[in-house]
Amino acid sequence: MTLTDALALLTPAIPDGTVCIHANGHIGRAGCAARDRDECFYMIGSMGLASSIGLGVALAQPRRRVLVLDGDGNLLMNLGALATIAAARPPNLLHVCFDNGAHASTGGQPTVSDRVPLDEVARAAGYRFVGRVETRAALAAEAPAFLAREGPAFLLVRIAHAPENMTARVRRALGVPSVSEVPSDSEGAR
Amino acid sequence: MSGSLPADHFVDRLLAAGFDFFVGVPCSLVKTLLVELERRGLYLGETREDAALGMAAGAYLAGRTPVVVMQNSGLGVSLNALGSLHLLYRIPALLLVTWRGYQGEDAPEHLVMGEVLPRLLEVFGVPFRAPPPEALEPAVDWAAACIRETRRPVALVVRPGIFE
Repeated sequence: MTLTDALALLTPAIPDGTVCIHANGHIGRAGCAARDRDECFYMIGSMGLASSIGLGVALAQPRRRVLVLDGDGNLLMNLGALATIAAARPPNLLHVCFDNGAHASTGGQPTVSDRVPLDEVARAAGYRFVGRVETRAALAAEAPAFLAREGPAFLLVRIAHAPENMTARVRRALGVPSVSEVPSDSEGAR
Repeated sequence: MSGSLPADHFVDRLLAAGFDFFVGVPCSLVKTLLVELERRGLYLGETREDAALGMAAGAYLAGRTPVVVMQNSGLGVSLNALGSLHLLYRIPALLLVTWRGYQGEDAPEHLVMGEVLPRLLEVFGVPFRAPPPEALEPAVDWAAACIRETRRPVALVVRPGIFE
């Protein structure tokens, strides 16, 4: 499952009026392409702070649903936010972390999320709900339920970091004899 | 030592000026102020100053006028948030920054930031005042007006001895 796949499954299920705070990097770009609305805020800097911004919105407008679209690199840069969110317990705050185990937009340098399960970190911090999905089918099944949950709720969506598959896709589109896609090493595996 | 500015008066002044969201990381120079904010259920403590700025930015998106309380050591932590969030997106906040290292009299870890604090705020284009105790309350109205006019962060620098 790529980030685009995941967003294609998740974003249509987001109720209108939900504030979406997108982390910087690929998440904001892909999120904007998937479903842009006036309630969407896209960060291009201040890595790590999407969760804190979401908490600020959630506390300032308690009746408004707020969804943070975060990444593993972002989350690791501001782990304290998990504690602050869990302690504040905003029932209207949902937190999705797209975890590809890499800083994708700076060249795919690995993060430590393959060894440090961020859903377990959120659970230990005290989020009311914590889930983890690793396949398209699991995300499709969980998305509507997750988006209706009482917060703070955390969903880790394991996605592939496989920019090389874009090469195969473009070559296919241009009629170039196909090369086999690099198998996703993340689909169904931690 | 009893402070020369009663914290409850100062909080009243902040509220009267329209500030209605308070987040931060503590400093001993504003201990009584934080006690008063917490007593009124207005304050949420963050883990880091840049995260506090993130919360403040979210609160502003949702219609609040935020105050971020921090020690000047935390201003160093905050610079990226100021540069690539608040100044970039024109999101204002009142930064209530304590001045550890004031006039070179403090623990060693505060001396560098204490010396460069005014210049650092200038470099980042953050309008600020560092008033004596009797002028801090009136400066709140200046800060509120500055925020309304510029939609940028402004700072009130809290010298030692004002709230302690």
